[in-house]
Amino acid sequence: MNYYVTDNTAPSIPLADIPEVSYAAFYDDVAARLAEPRYHVAHYFALPDGGRLRFFLLLLDDAEGRVLVASHAMEYYDDMPLPSLTARHAQMHPFERDIAERYGVRFDAMPWEKPLRFPHDRFDRRSSMDNYPFYSIEGGSLHEVNVGPIHAGIIEPGAFRFICNGEQVLHLEIALGYQHRGVEEAFAATHNRLRQACLAEAVAGDSAVAHAEAFAEAIEKLSGRPRPAELDRERAVALELERMAMQIADTGALSMDVGYQLGQVASEALRTMTINTTQAWCGNRFGKGLVRPHGTDHPLTAEKAAMIRRNVAEIARRYDEVRRDIESSPTLLARFEQCGIVAENEMQRIGGVGQAARASGLARDIRTSHPWGVYARELHHEPVVMRQGDVMARLAVRSREVARSAAYIDRLVAEFEQKYAAGESPCAAPDYEAPLAPSSLSVGLVEGWRGEICHVAVTDAEGRIAAYRAKDPSLHNWLALALAVRGEGISDFPICNKSFNLSYCGHDL
Amino acid sequence: MIFPKIKVLLSHGRQAIPDLDAVELTEEFRGRPELTEPADSAEREALAAAAAICPTGAIATAPFALDLGRCLFCGECARRAPRSIRFTNDYRMGAPTREGLVVRPGDRCVKFDPADVRPEIRRYFGQALQLREVSAGGDASVEMELGATGNVNFDLGRFGIGFTASPRHADGVVVSGPVSANMAEALEICYEAVAEPKILVACGTDACSGGLFAESRAVDRSFFERHRVDLWLPGNPSHPMVFIDGIRTLLGKKTRG
Repeated sequence: MNYYVTDNTAPSIPLADIPEVSYAAFYDDVAARLAEPRYHVAHYFALPDGGRLRFFLLLLDDAEGRVLVASHAMEYYDDMPLPSLTARHAQMHPFERDIAERYGVRFDAMPWEKPLRFPHDRFDRRSSMDNYPFYSIEGGSLHEVNVGPIHAGIIEPGAFRFICNGEQVLHLEIALGYQHRGVEEAFAATHNRLRQACLAEAVAGDSAVAHAEAFAEAIEKLSGRPRPAELDRERAVALELERMAMQIADTGALSMDVGYQLGQVASEALRTMTINTTQAWCGNRFGKGLVRPHGTDHPLTAEKAAMIRRNVAEIARRYDEVRRDIESSPTLLARFEQCGIVAENEMQRIGGVGQAARASGLARDIRTSHPWGVYARELHHEPVVMRQGDVMARLAVRSREVARSAAYIDRLVAEFEQKYAAGESPCAAPDYEAPLAPSSLSVGLVEGWRGEICHVAVTDAEGRIAAYRAKDPSLHNWLALALAVRGEGISDFPICNKSFNLSYCGHDL
Repeated sequence: MIFPKIKVLLSHGRQAIPDLDAVELTEEFRGRPELTEPADSAEREALAAAAAICPTGAIATAPFALDLGRCLFCGECARRAPRSIRFTNDYRMGAPTREGLVVRPGDRCVKFDPADVRPEIRRYFGQALQLREVSAGGDASVEMELGATGNVNFDLGRFGIGFTASPRHADGVVVSGPVSANMAEALEICYEAVAEPKILVACGTDACSGGLFAESRAVDRSFFERHRVDLWLPGNPSHPMVFIDGIRTLLGKKTRG
């Protein structure tokens, strides 16, 4: 089958150049490729195109760093069901569910025909949050535990239904959509590119830098304008700072849930220090406003670079003490080890990505497989991989990534200090007016702290954004959490949950 | 093993901010803006450009005003019209009325008139206040900042103020997010479950106005038409100090112009 073959640094793709094939050919080829571990789906979505619906697939080839793009189409009122790819490869489920929910497309033999996020413009208006079709099991010894949408802590909403045999979880189903606020639609509803950049930051506030970077990547590929290497460096520093902050925050959250107060407060203080470093750079603790298309409003000065370097070294040193303490405390290891296991083949099957996938032995990391910017030129990142797939492995991936991020920041900032000691940054101010290639599709792929973030912008004949798709890694990994708790005591749910720390808003959009 | 723990403790030291009322944030922090009426046509043009690019339409030019309830604090307007708009690092931005969030030329603080606060709030909650947080379409950043108010640095618990799991144990509700239609009912149920007398806080620009999603059809803000908000807190997200200052001022523990 024909694909348009590109990578994560190539310019945008004219829509006319994307091969359109029959669904039968599409199905056969995608089903065959997904059987190989080197391939996984980054995105699969449908867009109305005149009187028909055109489907786009972005397939990532981890072995050769390629992005394969293909499409198929159907008449808008064609109600012939399509054979479901989810039936063959579970990793397709969120995409087919999304397409079915939005446009009423039917997938034949779809094994998990469930709403995904109840978007306001869903095809079936009778489907609502109140009648989500939860899976149930009959049996006198079983009971159900219903949690949410509002949870005990200060976190986002989502409905969790456990089916338990005594204390043991047999099945967990997670119903999401409470956070849906129409993000993707809002991108296409405005021509104000600053507003679009702010929307990208709002996809998931704890990954504001990563999502803003994916947006900037997509826009810059459409404008075709090169950017200075220093801008790439600054963005990598911001992205790694965000990664450090969140991996440390989750170390603290895991510590809290097992009553390890020392680790909790030490991690809280270190996270504060990390996000205050970001704030002292750009004025916002979450890095909102830091990443903008074509330039930056917050160029690193020599003083700021020195401040970041100093703080990061201190944070890394102290965090490593916390890590050592965790790894030498048998009471903590007893809770974290052998708990919430997701095996590698399972992770592979459901299309898991990012930090959680790496904890299960699946070396998926966009920084390595599809490097962009400074990751392609200077850093040559090797993924941090653990094999056990349990809570401890997910924590260990986090703690080792903190050390790795700190080392990258130190290196990038040091070069910066040597080169721009005088303080004149070569980075220009952002540009919100740069003309974009018309009738094109552009992909921004970034490895955020949770994993693979994929933004897709499609422009119309005038070069305006006509459709936008933003994928947070949580879209893949929520199912991994549901599988992790199977067979565990329900009292271990909190640590399993924190070990993933997935985004509700990033999923619900 | 005890030695690694001692090491962590020694490095950790003492983290709590001694006096929360004396906190000053970094110069870079974008807080309360100060406006100056444009003096000539060049400045008026610059201001018009700033108003045009504002991602949430927070700037009005005739008469000149900036609505903090809609502002994302991206700072773009201050770059386009630096002589008309300047962001200070003042985090004291909470107001008891929605109108109070509108900043006008010459304003040197966000006013907080105790007369706008229901008198029972200070009588009932002055000594202790437990709140239930509800995220309704928030992007998790406001939620994390609210979580941070109780952490080892800010330690808001020292004043008897904190967050509780059950609305039955709460004296009020803090809402974050623009209120997605899919969360509207759950928010209403949670609010009803809190016993009277109770307070309502809108935290973050999304909650105050809908923010980027004010026009979205996936949002249902009728909750705010039915219930009176006692404290409006701007920010994207609201810094923990915005929340701490706002709550302390609401309870009469701090005063402001």
